[in-house]
Amino acid sequence: MKTAERQFTTISGVPIEPLYGPDDLAGVGAARESSQPGEFPYTRGIHRDMYRGKLWTMRQFSGFATPEETNRRYHYLLAQGQTGLSVAFDLPTLMGYDADHAMSEGEVGKCGAPISSLEDMEILFRGIPLGEVTVSMTINSPAAVLWAMYLAVAEQQGVKWARLSGTLQNDILKEYIAQKEYIFPPRPSMRLVTDTIEFGARHTPRFNPISISGYHIREAGSTAVQELAFTLRDGIEYVDWALARGLAIDEFAPRLSFFFNAHSDFFEEIAKYRAARKIWASVMRDRYGAQTERSRKLRFHAQTAGCSLTWQQPYNNVVRTALQAMAAVMGGAQSLHTNSLDEAYALPGEHAVTIALRTQQVLAFESGVTNTPDPLGGSYFLEKLTLETEAAANHYIARIDAMGGMIAALEEGFPQTEIAAASYRYQCEVESGERVVVGVNRFQAGGQPIELLQIDETSAGHQRAKLAALRRRRDSGRVRNALDALKRAAEGTENTMPYLVEAVRAYATLGEICDALRAVFGTYQETSHI
Amino acid sequence: MPRPIRVLVAKPGLDGHDRGAKVIARALRDAGMEVIYTGLRQTPEMIVNAALQEDVQVIGLSILSGAHNAIVPRVIGLLREKEMADVKLVVGGIIPDEDAAELKRQGVAAIFQPGASLEEIVNFIRGAVPA
Repeated sequence: MKTAERQFTTISGVPIEPLYGPDDLAGVGAARESSQPGEFPYTRGIHRDMYRGKLWTMRQFSGFATPEETNRRYHYLLAQGQTGLSVAFDLPTLMGYDADHAMSEGEVGKCGAPISSLEDMEILFRGIPLGEVTVSMTINSPAAVLWAMYLAVAEQQGVKWARLSGTLQNDILKEYIAQKEYIFPPRPSMRLVTDTIEFGARHTPRFNPISISGYHIREAGSTAVQELAFTLRDGIEYVDWALARGLAIDEFAPRLSFFFNAHSDFFEEIAKYRAARKIWASVMRDRYGAQTERSRKLRFHAQTAGCSLTWQQPYNNVVRTALQAMAAVMGGAQSLHTNSLDEAYALPGEHAVTIALRTQQVLAFESGVTNTPDPLGGSYFLEKLTLETEAAANHYIARIDAMGGMIAALEEGFPQTEIAAASYRYQCEVESGERVVVGVNRFQAGGQPIELLQIDETSAGHQRAKLAALRRRRDSGRVRNALDALKRAAEGTENTMPYLVEAVRAYATLGEICDALRAVFGTYQETSHI
Repeated sequence: MPRPIRVLVAKPGLDGHDRGAKVIARALRDAGMEVIYTGLRQTPEMIVNAALQEDVQVIGLSILSGAHNAIVPRVIGLLREKEMADVKLVVGGIIPDEDAAELKRQGVAAIFQPGASLEEIVNFIRGAVPA
């Protein structure tokens, strides 16, 4: 094929020119902005020395079967040199159901650790000093409840809340937009998020109460620009709500954290991370008047793209993951999860997760990409792509501003329809062979059996039995009082966090607490947009 | 003119990952079929009732969470109970080979694993539904 006939585009469909040079950067704002890492607008990274000073945190997302099994995996990962923990919860927990609820049938422990009560949380962190290990928790709609459990476990360990360091995902907007694990309608959900941000600003100065996430938006099929734009616009929505609560921008903005996908198009991803820092720094300074540097610095976690993993020839996934992880590191990530080769099939087995962790260690200690900040900065192509990504994302942000903000936009189905259209377009490109997926639509070969993690069906029974014993043992009067007090707080305008902490201390279950909140807030059903 | 094939695309269980279900719904619609998408978190009862009311010839379930062994046999049982055995049940998602074999034995017409092409799915449905 002659090159003239062929279209060159990023995986998101952005056209790529035959060559980039100094002319591509002429007339743009590069000169009036600092080109130094650690300086506004932080395009080149949030620290002057980046990984020379401190490597990223290697944080493998993990949870399965039971809290007991998951706790064993955490001890294993820490022993292998992992530097932080990241909790995966199962679907019933994510949806606010106890393990013994009818809706939980078949789902307990399948996609993460089942946590129905403080007792399960105590088991999850048994022998893990919460004052020393940073913990990230992927939980959204019932995030405030699980965080209350975490705070209660810290209390039992004798660790002061002010010492705790870690991250709660707690990003409900991207649930309505992409991942669809919501319980309550958007506004009461936003109130709960704002409660945690306010509570965090007062009591847990080293803990990130939210991780504003593009990862799931991308996994749902968005382009890189959509991922970036919708995520940053979500961030703006959270800031507006916290300001309306009466917090000052510099009281909470330093603890807003972000989470992006590390997809397969190497340069497009690095451009995305650079543009993210640049846009957020300007939003913080110019839109909100943030004064402190820490408010203006966008810190992010990255995870390699689960949706890029193939079922066919699964060992190729090791290579994909390594390249994606390298993009995240060259894009200046603060922490990283690398997917395991078997994750198109199941939750990762121990052997596969070890290779995934070793991938990060090879990058960190052998590849040399950590020796200097933003090693690709100054590349004509990358700089141009960064500018284009920034402009395209700002365009989307302005459109959503004009709609009245993200809640109005998602209620109209705007981001959902944009994502669905992008995902269908991509699938049609794969279908036609225009987009090559190695081992799937080109270079196919026979099966390559791999050993998979099996979630024992007895896990659910074990969880149900523990829960039944807990319900018999606890002080039911204290549980009832705590739930009544929580309901009254939810009906009013008080911060719900202290009531949630009291309810979990009384061993009220996740399902009972969420039912109390469902009674006050109602539940949400989306209108489906195909 | 022959009546278009009617398909119910359903997302059972607690999982909200609907990328696959939506892509399939669109592809079947582009192939000329009438598609009803149930939306999320449907119980087997809701799915079979919707299939009955919408008078579909095919039900497509999208399951990624590992709950297929709990959900699919219940859908099959309800189809039998309501004498809807002529409705073809197809399943897409993360279904390990050994589970796929067992579910087919129980009456699932086809199982599409990750990487299955849209064309393959459209062709299967066209072939499975009598004109």
